[in-house]
Amino acid sequence: MTAPRFPIEAGHIMVFARAIGDFNPVYFDPTYAATTDVGGIIAPPTFVQASAQYDPDYPLRPHAGEPWIGSGRTASGKPPRRENGDGNVAAGGTGLHAEQHYEYYRPIRSGEVLTLSARLGETWTKEGRRGGQLQFRETITEFRGSDGELVVIARSIGVRTSQRVERQ
Amino acid sequence: MMSIDWSGIKLGSVHQAVVVENLSRTQVIQYAGASGDYNPLHTDEVFATQAAGYPSIFAHGMLVMGMTGRMLTDYVGDGRLTRFGGRFTSQVWPGDSLTATATVAALDQCDGVITVDFEVVTRNQHGETVFAGYASARQ
Repeated sequence: MTAPRFPIEAGHIMVFARAIGDFNPVYFDPTYAATTDVGGIIAPPTFVQASAQYDPDYPLRPHAGEPWIGSGRTASGKPPRRENGDGNVAAGGTGLHAEQHYEYYRPIRSGEVLTLSARLGETWTKEGRRGGQLQFRETITEFRGSDGELVVIARSIGVRTSQRVERQ
Repeated sequence: MMSIDWSGIKLGSVHQAVVVENLSRTQVIQYAGASGDYNPLHTDEVFATQAAGYPSIFAHGMLVMGMTGRMLTDYVGDGRLTRFGGRFTSQVWPGDSLTATATVAALDQCDGVITVDFEVVTRNQHGETVFAGYASARQ
């Protein structure tokens, strides 16, 4: 499952830009943004990642009435219901984001609504340096504008391991 | 924002920026809230240490890539990237300071429009690479 549509809202762009420490006013000040080459508020290059907010089943946020995988009375809750679109599984820390690639066709603009389509790419396995199998999985997501035009292609590679992840 | 002098760009030109100093747990939480990814490995110290066996929570790879992207957009200007990607090569922990570097790897000019390919590397305060990738931009 992936978000079927991603409404691009100015407030969401503002809080996302703050979170990555980017205080470029093109991400929050419409008066300033109107004076720039892009002519209005646009989204930072990695903003499409936040389309997870619109995935109704996204496993890496708590859902009403369901146990959460993080700590409560005990250090661990329950495993996630399913993997997310990145092949990024939370349970026990065995899944992580290995690579991310973007192709940009035009800037994403505040006020538009993007349509998403995701497909599974390649999958492969590799022997980990510290032993154990590393399972890689690629997901390709196309973000399109209201005329069906390509805006961004995101290619994500998630890795799952049979043990705690030590990167490299 | 200040951006690149396109006519002055040369093969091998280097642009570097400190993109975070002493990364706080709060900024990692802030990114969780904005992106929607509340993976407890990033947001829950008790889970990350006691249930998953890590020394602490650690940053989302996409927070590191987002901070790296800021170095790029400050350099090339708004809305000019055509490609940006890379690998997350090492975890980023609370307290880390990161420096992102773009090096001009290729230059092309077509119909008076300059396109640039960058090699992109983000390193922590120990000099370890945490993100290794590339980007391209159009004038």
